[in-house]
Formats: sequence, C-alpha cells, structure tokens
Amino acid sequence: MEIFLQQLINGVTLGSIYGLIAIGYTMVFGIIGMVNFAHGDVFMLSAFIALLLLLLLTQMLGLAAAPAFVVALVAAMALTALWNFAIERVAYRRLRGSFRLAPLISAIGMSTFLANFVTVTQGPNNKSIPPMWDEVIKITSGGAYDVTLSYKQILIVVVTGALLAAFWFVVQKTSLGRAQRACEQDAKMAALLGVDVNRTVALTFVIGAALAAVAGSLYLLQYGVVKSSDGFVPGVKAFTAAVLGGIGSLPGAVLGGLLIGLIETLWGQYFSSDYKDVAAFSVLAITLIFMPSGLMGRPDVEKV
Amino acid sequence: MKKNVLTGVAAGLLAALLAGPAYAQIKVGVGSPITGSDAAFGAQIRNGAEQAAADINAAGGVLGQKLELSIGDDAGDSKQGRSVANKFVGEGVTFVVGHFNSAVTMPASDVYNEAGVLEISPGSTNPQVTERGYPLLFRTCGRDDQQGAVAAKYLVEHAKGKKIAIIHDKSTYGKGLADEARKGLAAAGVKEVMYEGLNKGEKDFSAMVSKIKSVDADIIFFGGYFTEGGLLVRQMRDQGVKAIIMGGDGIASQEFASIAGPGVEGSLMTFPPDPRKRPEAAAVVKAFEAKGYNPETYTLYSYATMQVLKQAIEKAKSTDPTAVAKTLHEAGPFPSVIGDIAFDAKGDVTRADYTVYEWRKGPDGKVTYVQIGD
Repeated sequence: MEIFLQQLINGVTLGSIYGLIAIGYTMVFGIIGMVNFAHGDVFMLSAFIALLLLLLLTQMLGLAAAPAFVVALVAAMALTALWNFAIERVAYRRLRGSFRLAPLISAIGMSTFLANFVTVTQGPNNKSIPPMWDEVIKITSGGAYDVTLSYKQILIVVVTGALLAAFWFVVQKTSLGRAQRACEQDAKMAALLGVDVNRTVALTFVIGAALAAVAGSLYLLQYGVVKSSDGFVPGVKAFTAAVLGGIGSLPGAVLGGLLIGLIETLWGQYFSSDYKDVAAFSVLAITLIFMPSGLMGRPDVEKV
Repeated sequence: MKKNVLTGVAAGLLAALLAGPAYAQIKVGVGSPITGSDAAFGAQIRNGAEQAAADINAAGGVLGQKLELSIGDDAGDSKQGRSVANKFVGEGVTFVVGHFNSAVTMPASDVYNEAGVLEISPGSTNPQVTERGYPLLFRTCGRDDQQGAVAAKYLVEHAKGKKIAIIHDKSTYGKGLADEARKGLAAAGVKEVMYEGLNKGEKDFSAMVSKIKSVDADIIFFGGYFTEGGLLVRQMRDQGVKAIIMGGDGIASQEFASIAGPGVEGSLMTFPPDPRKRPEAAAVVKAFEAKGYNPETYTLYSYATMQVLKQAIEKAKSTDPTAVAKTLHEAGPFPSVIGDIAFDAKGDVTRADYTVYEWRKGPDGKVTYVQIGD
C-alpha cells in the first residue's frame, strides 16, 4: 500500500510535467489545426534559459535558491515566449494559408534548428545545477517503507493545477479566449467579424511557450540536468498525452499527461520498467480505437 | 570582381588536386560519440587521438608519411556509426581508431571488415566485439567478462549479506556488463533482489527508485553510462534511498559526479589502474594539462591506440591493413602510454587488469574517483 502511494506521487509529478507541455500542443492544434513539433524543443530551450539564469543568479550574484528560482522562472517564461513569438512569425505565419503539410514540415525543421542551435551554443553535454530545495516530507514513517513527498513535487503539482485553472478561465471567460474559440471554429469568419486572427494566433503561441517554460524550469528543478536533445522524449510523451486526452482540450491534455505518468510508474512497479512505454502506448492505441477523438475531445466536425 | 573570386577558387581547387598525391598521407579515421549523451567519452577519444597524431607527426610521422585524421561523429548510435563507417571507407581511410560504444563498434566493424579497413577500438568492452572472429578488429581496452568478474568478486568479498540490485540501460554494453556481474555473483551463490532495465535517454527514474526502495537494496550494480547512472544516484538521494551504486567503465567520467550531485560519495566503479599515474604517461599527461585538459580515463587509451598503430605500421613496413593486422597479432608487445600492449588471436589485449575505484571527496571539496583495489 505504501509503495502504491509512493508510485502514485511519482506518477502524478511526472504526469504534471507532461501535462504542462501537452497544453502547448493542444492549444496550437486547437487554433490552427497544426501539430507544432517544435514545441518539445521550445521546452528544452526554456530549461536551458532557466539553467543559465539560475547559475548566474546563485553562483555569480549570490542570490538564495528560492528567489533566484522565481526570477529565473519569470525571465525564462518571458524569453521563451519571445522566442516562440518569433518562431510563429518566421516559420508558420506565411504558411498558414497553404496546404496542410507545409507548416508541419516547417515545424519539424524548426525542431531540428532549435536542438542544433543549443548543441552549438551550449555544447552537447549535460548541464547540471547543484541539488536545491531537496527537503522531503515523510508521509508515513516507522513502517517498513517510508513514503516521501518532496517540496519540489508539491510545487510541480500545485503549479500545474493552478495554471490549468487559470488558462481554462482565460479560454472560457475572456475576450481573448472567445477570439481563440472563434478562430478555432472558422478563422475566415472570425476575421470578417473583426477578430484579429494573426494577433490571436501569436498570443496562443506566446501562452504555449510560457507554459512550456514553466514546465522546463520545473523539470530542471526536479531532475537537475538538461541537455540539447532533451526536447525529444518529453515532447513525444506530451504529444501522446495531448492525443490521449483529446487534442484541443485543455483539461484533456493534463488528464492525458497524468494518465501516461501514472501508467509508466505503476507498470514499472508491478510489472517491469522494461516495458513501461509499451504499456503507455498500448493504452493510447486502445483508447483511440474506442474513442477516436480522445478522452475529452469533441468529435471532429469537418470544416467546409 | 566576382570573376576574380571564381578564378581564385578554381586555382585553389586545382592546387589542392595537384597537392593531393604529392604528400602521401596515412588516413586514420577517428570515430566516437562527439555529440549525444556519451559526448564526454567522445571528447576523450578525440582529444587522445588528435594529441597522439600531432606528437607522431612532429616526430617525423610514420614511414616518412604524415598521419591525417578524419573525425567522425557516431553520436553513440548504431545507425550513425554505420554511416560514419561508410563515410570513412568512401574517403579512403584504411585505419580506424574507434568506436566507443559496443553497440556502435559492432555494426561499424561489419562495414570495415568488408572494406578491408583495420579497426582498433579504445573503449568497446562487450565480449561479443572480438568474439565474431574479424581478423582486422582489435581493442586496447579490456572485456566486460573480465570487468564483471572483478566487480562480482569485490561485491562478494566486501558486501557479505547485503542486498544487491542489478540495473542496466538495455544497451549492448550496459546489459552485457550487468549480465557478466550477475553471472559472477550467481557463481558465488549470491542472488540479486532485483534485475531491471531503464531507458537510456530518459530523465525520470523515480518509479525505479521507489522500487529499489521497496526491495530495500543496499548496493545497486549499474550497467550503463554516466548520464543515467548519475541521475539514478541523484533521484535515489531525493527519495532518501542511501544505497550505493557500483558501475563499470561507462561511468568513468567526472560528469558522473556533476550529474549525481553530492550524493555520489561512496559510489564504486571498476576501471583499469589509472593510466595517468603510469611513468610512461607522465610527459603526455603534462602536455594535456598544459592545454587545460584533464586526460581522463579513455583519453590515454585513445592516445595509446594511435601509438600502437604507428608502431605496427613501422614494424610491418607497410600500410596494408592485412599486413599491419598480422604484425599486431604476432609482433607484440608494443610499448605505449598505458603500458606494453600485445594482442591475442581474437584481437583482445593479453593483459587486462581491472581494479576498483571509489568516488571520494578530495581536499579541494570536489568528488572524484580514487583507486581502492590493487
């Protein structure tokens, strides 16, 4: 039982990070129907920005860990948002009217560019930060097995929950959200009715990048190392989470992330870690057979 | 103006074409993971080979010819290793120093074997590498059956009654080493409490750590490379698991300690006796240190590989790979910075001696590996 609880904690933490990245995939897909394959690398880039700022603030300016992390997080969100704004401007906007595959290929190109850009400027090796904030709470103690919960894990889960709630509110209740939903349904009609489509899409990319930066900074805090090829595996897992949850749906993305995280950890505990990815992807395949639009996605209405 | 530039380029190309045959050079390919997660080892192999080639060329070259290096990045990946091998063959390379990962050396050596290229690996330790009977394939490092046996012997002697878990990274090298250690432990009647593989390239091993915690392991024997090994240590300490990790030559890089964090102290590792401490290596080590580079673990193996190649070519008085291979097999030992090297019929070194190291905090507060076995 204790072990189950511990693996639950591990799975929810991992799943929250997947979920945060998945929100970026799902928002972009929702609004322009494009899978932004560069999103995993934007996430990796944000982790590097956070790493550089964190090392600068703590080791050169002598700031304490907690304020340094907050500053690094906010700065990483701003800088990554700027990057993604530029990426959308340069690589995607001109292709929006063209055939469906063009922006997709452009996104794959951008993904390769970002990974190589970081390899060239930061080197191909792992970059690490010293462990920080590693206090743990013992939930059960005295028994055969101490279940531990670290402050970092609490932070990751709380931040994911809060951001999901905040962006759910933005999409459902604000004028920006209304514009987003209008563009999602019919961009041309929305433009005719006075919605600035370019601005709305750009803002969606900015928001997606800011969320990726939160995930990147938390990832760095939790695992302590990052390298230039780290965009790939979390990117693929998060994309899977978005599809599992129903692409286009914000709570679906987080739900999908949590499910994948939990399947991976619980399968690893009770069966074998060797096949945890097989388990996660099997669940995806089975879900899609019975629910083709994912757990919380709406059936795709063909746009004419 | 544009015309002038073009003329210049054409003239340059012509000069290069004419100059080509004028200097007969021996082309040596250096294949290693320059990028990817094992890049720290790639840098070691590359730096060692480049320094050795520079030193040999400065001293007059080989048979009056200069060594010309071609660097290939295999990224630690089998498929890329194969394409690097094809690239080398296409360039007319006849000798290769490399590759590092066993999973890369094996497919690459198929290409070399077919094209008649002589390959000496400074770091591929999986037994299968030389068991396939390729006459042109050699290695200057030891084998994982030797390494695994040394690790198992150490664990049997020093960890009586402790619970041992075996974790590997599913790679040719990692799983091979873990299986050899497991075999050694089983021969001594020790049964592991857990045997599992993790995914190379992933970062989250928290589920595996919780499982290690649930079987209450005291020692983890880890078959794999420093990135995953370091992360495993870091995440064990995060969950309050005090188990000690023991790895092989795959964690023999200072990066292991920087990834693992302060919890790395006490970790164990098998590697041959530190080549930097050999009297033969003193001058070379000094030359590296003058450049601000610490010639860690496989750097000197790569340097030695180039030295052995040079001597074999000179002794054979030929740059024909088959003749050089015959010399390597028969005319040893060849003195090098890691000691005298002779090869057996399979292409393995006749003397491979692994010993045990512990990661300890030094007087400067930095954790590094210190030899504790003999």
